[in-house]
Amino acid sequence: MQIPHEVQARPDTGLYNAKLGIWLFLASEVMLFGGLFSAFIFLRLGADDGYWPHGLLNVPIGTFNTAILILSSVTVIRAWVALKMRRYAEYKKWMGLTIICGAAFLIIKLTLEWPPKFAHFGAILRKDKMAEYEKHLGNEHMKAKGLAPRNEISGHLEAVEFTFAGTDIAGVKIYADKKGCMVEDAPAHGEHAAPAAGHAAKADHGKLYKFESKTHGAGFWPSVAEGLERIKGVKLVAFEVKPDPVNEDPLNEENEKPHFWPKKPNHDAAPILIKAEDVHHWSAFVPKHSTYLSTYFMITGLHGAHVLGGVLVFCFLWGPGARLYKKNPEHLANRVEVAGLFWHFVDLVWIFVFPLFYLL
Amino acid sequence: MADAHAATHDSHGHGEHHDENHHVLPFWRQWIFSTDHKVIGLQYGLSGLSFLFFGFLLMMVMRWQIAHPGEAVPFFGALLQKTFGVAAFSNDALGRMGMLTQDGYNSFGAMHGTIMVFFGIVPAAFAAFGNYVVPLQIGAPDMTFPRINMASFWCFFISCVFMMVSFFVPGGSAKSGWTSYPPLSGIADSIAADPNFPWDHFFNGQTLWITGMVFNITASLLGSVNFIATIIQLRAPGMTWMRLPFFVWAQFITAFLLLLAFPPLEAAGVMHLMDRAFGSSFFMPTGLVVNGQLADWAGGGSPILWQHLFWFLAHPEVYVLILPGIGIVAEVIACNTRKPLYGYKAMVGAIFVLAFLSFIVWAHHMYMTGMGAKVSAFFQTTTIMISVPSVILLTALLLSLWGGSIRFTTPMLFATAFLPQFGIGGLTGIPLAFNAVDLYLHDTYYVIAHFHYVVAPGTIFALFAGIYHWYPKITGRLMNDMLGKLHFWGSVIFINGLFLPMFLQGMAGVHRRWYDGGATYEQISKKVVFGHTSLEWNNVSSFCAFALGAVQLIFIWNLFTSWRAGRKVGRNPWECTTLDWDTPTPPPHGNFDKELRVYRGPYEYSVPGADKDFTPQTEPPPSAEPKAVPEPALVK
Repeated sequence: MQIPHEVQARPDTGLYNAKLGIWLFLASEVMLFGGLFSAFIFLRLGADDGYWPHGLLNVPIGTFNTAILILSSVTVIRAWVALKMRRYAEYKKWMGLTIICGAAFLIIKLTLEWPPKFAHFGAILRKDKMAEYEKHLGNEHMKAKGLAPRNEISGHLEAVEFTFAGTDIAGVKIYADKKGCMVEDAPAHGEHAAPAAGHAAKADHGKLYKFESKTHGAGFWPSVAEGLERIKGVKLVAFEVKPDPVNEDPLNEENEKPHFWPKKPNHDAAPILIKAEDVHHWSAFVPKHSTYLSTYFMITGLHGAHVLGGVLVFCFLWGPGARLYKKNPEHLANRVEVAGLFWHFVDLVWIFVFPLFYLL
Repeated sequence: MADAHAATHDSHGHGEHHDENHHVLPFWRQWIFSTDHKVIGLQYGLSGLSFLFFGFLLMMVMRWQIAHPGEAVPFFGALLQKTFGVAAFSNDALGRMGMLTQDGYNSFGAMHGTIMVFFGIVPAAFAAFGNYVVPLQIGAPDMTFPRINMASFWCFFISCVFMMVSFFVPGGSAKSGWTSYPPLSGIADSIAADPNFPWDHFFNGQTLWITGMVFNITASLLGSVNFIATIIQLRAPGMTWMRLPFFVWAQFITAFLLLLAFPPLEAAGVMHLMDRAFGSSFFMPTGLVVNGQLADWAGGGSPILWQHLFWFLAHPEVYVLILPGIGIVAEVIACNTRKPLYGYKAMVGAIFVLAFLSFIVWAHHMYMTGMGAKVSAFFQTTTIMISVPSVILLTALLLSLWGGSIRFTTPMLFATAFLPQFGIGGLTGIPLAFNAVDLYLHDTYYVIAHFHYVVAPGTIFALFAGIYHWYPKITGRLMNDMLGKLHFWGSVIFINGLFLPMFLQGMAGVHRRWYDGGATYEQISKKVVFGHTSLEWNNVSSFCAFALGAVQLIFIWNLFTSWRAGRKVGRNPWECTTLDWDTPTPPPHGNFDKELRVYRGPYEYSVPGADKDFTPQTEPPPSAEPKAVPEPALVK
């Protein structure tokens, strides 16, 4: 049994089956990403003043990835044209280029874009405690200029202080060892300029320990601190954070607007001590950090999954699937066309993602 | 030239390849991992019917609890408690096993809704009937993408596994209602028993529910792409759009609804999964307090966002549930009244309008969110507008009966009963469209009765009509007529006994989710309706539910015994005109045994001057010129 119109178009609709199928599929994809973008708009409009970050993402990398993706849309067209003109070698070349572009996009995303966010620490402060951290937030200054207030101290997590109510601290030490960290008694905080964690410790009537990297100043991922907090008896008391430029120098006007080239953090910046009880919510820059990053990771993640799917299909059409050329070149051209339509859609989604997340 | 040659060569080789396979298909390729649309239709149909029955059983346990609060389920109590465990059942005050607990009640309620809608009716009405009948009716050898069709079923199968497994994980299945409103559904079951075992985030009822839904939605999307492409691309020669049977139109529009309405819920499902698995806060508001403590969510999310995304699907979903039913009823009515459908074109137009409007009415489920007068005015207006095409459909079907010489076969009985019952369901929805009335009736048994009248005595009756109608095509045998009629009369009496009292209870203020069936409420307000307190009506409803369940056993018996023992019939036992009755019975792989050409519309019954009261779509028009060689007279 042969399904009609698998390769040749049906005369009255002018379409072969797969082409209609992919357009229908893309219609549903429009609704899928439409739902996600609607969620973005809904959450963006509902966000409190100052709770939607700007300039968080690396714009040059984003721009570069945008260019790569647009380029790959051109190469995939060339691949299809080459097949239509029955130039097989040219098809292999252009399709290979498309695969390289798609793979480059994914590699950049998974090495330069996502991992730094997993390593980054952010503590959103309680609204009633923000005044205590005015030095690092500069909200009087922001208010005077009519700008949204800052609510977060972000940077690199150097150390955490904690009290331990359990019986044996050895378990914590084993955990620290596993993560390349160490536990020691916390020093007195007399000389610390920031609100001293000593107060918190006294109120808590517990012995204060310090958890930090074995390599001094190397810091650790916030997820390590989360693991520490899950150990029974551990109560986090304070975070020691090497701040981002915005918290290091909050009055600097350069920090008030996003930059094309991201500002390098100062490695000699004095660490800020943040009391855990002043923190509304802390985490790495992962989905649970904020609704902004939730939507960012979900939309770019889902988009990335689409890119991956596209690349896999292209790999098939470039490799084993290309043998169809000998049997029926038109069929192969159709397949490339259909995959290409999908690829253009993925490209189009990125055209929305880039300004919404990177530039707005 | 070269590629034309290559194409011919390919189709030739391909065809041979298939023919070889055709005879040697092993059992598992023919009946399990089959790409034949008829087998997939049957797979969907049997799973859909099983889930309908399972969902009904869940509901019967709940009905027992509502009518007899705090009493163990009789006869089956011990079995239930052993099956579902302590998450759902415990011993009652007298120490008998099998009393539905509060958690169990919530869990059964949520799963009843989910299973009936997404695992019962959509697979049975859309996927099963659509898969089996649509390619036959348009004269196609199979669906456009047979392998995607198979993928759709197996995706659905995975979602079924997730849903069924969720009953047996610690804590039991999802408990936040079939609508899964956050923040409740975000925090439910989320406290892991063992904090060092992060997989607890996944192995709990609510998370499995969401995962299952994502697979279910994917299955529906794959199916709907296939349906639309098939109807557009694979119509037989001469099968123009206005010659399509109404059932095909209904499936076509339904597929579009699924295609466009389901993805936002898929998006919402993924967000929900992230909220639960990765602690994001899409639907978690700032300052959420759980058990007296500030919950550890960043906040900034919105529970209303879920409601928007959910109802953006779930309102079109209502039409996904009912349109295939209307399509089936239209086929059955046209065939059994022996006259064309009244207003075929108007009906086709009406479902287009219905489909379009169904995308802009969703917020009428959300009047209680305090959306403001202007927004609610918009949604009230569109909701009232959407009743117009619905009424056109119902009226056209009703007028189709007029002047027909009706054959009251079993399918026709179900189809006729569908009309007034669907009418009751539809008309009682009109008050709910108005904000002011809805604020009072929202979440009462009135709403329950309203939408159950649409889907249970509506769609499920249509499903029964469809099963009795196409059974001879599928098996080559008729279902037992006597048992069928017994099934019909039992069903029609008890299903009304089940749902009619709920209107009264709802107007008396009985809330839909009360675990004790309103016993506590009754102590405050003793509303008497028709001589009974609202609580006493529970007994009537519940009795009818159990009786209705018993009547279905007749159907199940009939369904399976007729497979072997039913009366054998030929190609066209009902004397229908459409192409599905123009195939061998049962249809072979590839469906048709002759070159197809369609010459006329779908419902040419009782055409004046014709030699019989139905003219199949494939019958050529009488030629104006006399034939050169006179045909020999037919031997009767």
